[in-house]
Amino acid sequence: MININEVLETNKMIEQENLDVRTITLGISLLDCIDSDLEKLKVNIYDKITGTAKDLVAVGKAIEEQYGIPIVNKRISVTPISLVGGAACRTPEDYVEIAKVLDQAAETVGVNFLGGFSALVSKGMTASDRLLMQAIPQALAQTERVCSSVNVGSTKTGIDMDAVKMMGEVIKKTAELTKEKDSLGCAKLVIFCNAPDDNPFMAGAFHGVTEADAVINVGVSGPGVVKTALSKVRGENFEVLCETIKKTAFKVTRVGQLVAKEASRRMGIPFGIVDLSLAPTPAIGDSVADILREIGVEYAGAPGTTAALALLNDQVKKGGVMASSYVGGLSGAFIPVSEDQGMIDAVKAGALTLEKLEAMTCVCSVGLDMIAIPGNTPASTISGIIADEMAIGMVNQKTTAVRLIPVVGKGVGEIVEFGGLLGYAPIMPVNQYSCEAFVNRGGRIPAPIHSFKN
Amino acid sequence: MKKFIITVVGHDAVGIIARVCTYLAEHQVNILDISQTIVDGYFNMMMIIDAVKVTDVTQMSEELAKLGEEIGVVIHCQHEDIFNMMHRI
Repeated sequence: MININEVLETNKMIEQENLDVRTITLGISLLDCIDSDLEKLKVNIYDKITGTAKDLVAVGKAIEEQYGIPIVNKRISVTPISLVGGAACRTPEDYVEIAKVLDQAAETVGVNFLGGFSALVSKGMTASDRLLMQAIPQALAQTERVCSSVNVGSTKTGIDMDAVKMMGEVIKKTAELTKEKDSLGCAKLVIFCNAPDDNPFMAGAFHGVTEADAVINVGVSGPGVVKTALSKVRGENFEVLCETIKKTAFKVTRVGQLVAKEASRRMGIPFGIVDLSLAPTPAIGDSVADILREIGVEYAGAPGTTAALALLNDQVKKGGVMASSYVGGLSGAFIPVSEDQGMIDAVKAGALTLEKLEAMTCVCSVGLDMIAIPGNTPASTISGIIADEMAIGMVNQKTTAVRLIPVVGKGVGEIVEFGGLLGYAPIMPVNQYSCEAFVNRGGRIPAPIHSFKN
Repeated sequence: MKKFIITVVGHDAVGIIARVCTYLAEHQVNILDISQTIVDGYFNMMMIIDAVKVTDVTQMSEELAKLGEEIGVVIHCQHEDIFNMMHRI
């Protein structure tokens, strides 16, 4: 039988160390909504989402009460809209119309974000993909809850550099259209390489075409729990360090598994995966950077940081895999800058640069995340940064992503406030040398040699 | 059986267990196990209960939380599975 110390340990994790289930994300296929008539398509989409997700928020709340565990977000991901809107949309404005319907549906069911205003263009773009990508700036400026992502490369296909070039421009335009809110629109836009079909985390969540009609994916979190556990083994060797992370990750993930199964049972929708991620928030004590400091670097970004992050990421997976029957999504440590107080402190201290962050993304999920850069950064430089990050993902057969915010009207060192879970960030300097000739070449970067496994 | 774990945490005082047990008895809740400890000067109690005769556990949780406020302690009621999942393979 459960003993009092175990009960107290669990409740201490929840009450003092910010253990929570970060998100229950309901993936919904919109493939059966397709119609060549835009108005009919809009109605179909609204009805499918509001019908399938009508109980999502209530079920989430009931589970919170039953187990006493906070479930921070209830969210929805949908089929990449470029696949759904192709038959009906003739102009980017048509796609903006669909984004507005997604926003309304999200508001109706009470979720704070809906992901899937997306295109998968890792090898090439269809006319529909192009229209959607052109619509992204307007769509993000005119909606509140809609998140967008574009997959521009994969290990199997290489990198679509035409799409990379275009996304540099799309990011700039999105920043411009949302400049009154410190270019907040860019915080809802992710560029991926090897994007997973079952990611429950925003802003990059979409419901892949390989998925069932509807599915429940859960993202767990708990950087504070790992940090507290590690504070008890200061000075011990790497074996002890790794064992401690593994055991803690197991416990955290078990909670996610429990919540996922219960949500699935209550809603009558199949359980998909648990995403084993350490996802920080701006709250004190909920920081991945603080774990790195606890492991032994003075600030995130100091020499040793990449190795510390590599072992952290690996041990989280090793502990988590045994705790869940199905693991998927991004599964790793997130290193967003604005959403992690320890990362913000590291940038302010001058310990953490864009280049070091790039190195860190080689060993963890996901990528260059929530990084504010000067508003006058050229589109071609943003495309160059995207291309670098995509290359890391392509060659290392892992997911990488870019979520950069070129804050219009602001420069290096200024602070930009996004609010809520998105946090705040000091604007980081970007390498001033040009990559325009590289970005302008056009075409594709071929898939790497080790992708030919057949 | 519908097993829930009740935890009571706060400053020690006379009659905490009595008040909680009285509430449970009045609501047909069977207590399967009680343990208590003092951590850092704080009173910590855990009860494993069978709430099979309780129709609305959410309401019971809310009433227990309210009772806790009256006594000056924090009372939580959680389904046992969260602890089983976390601490048992």
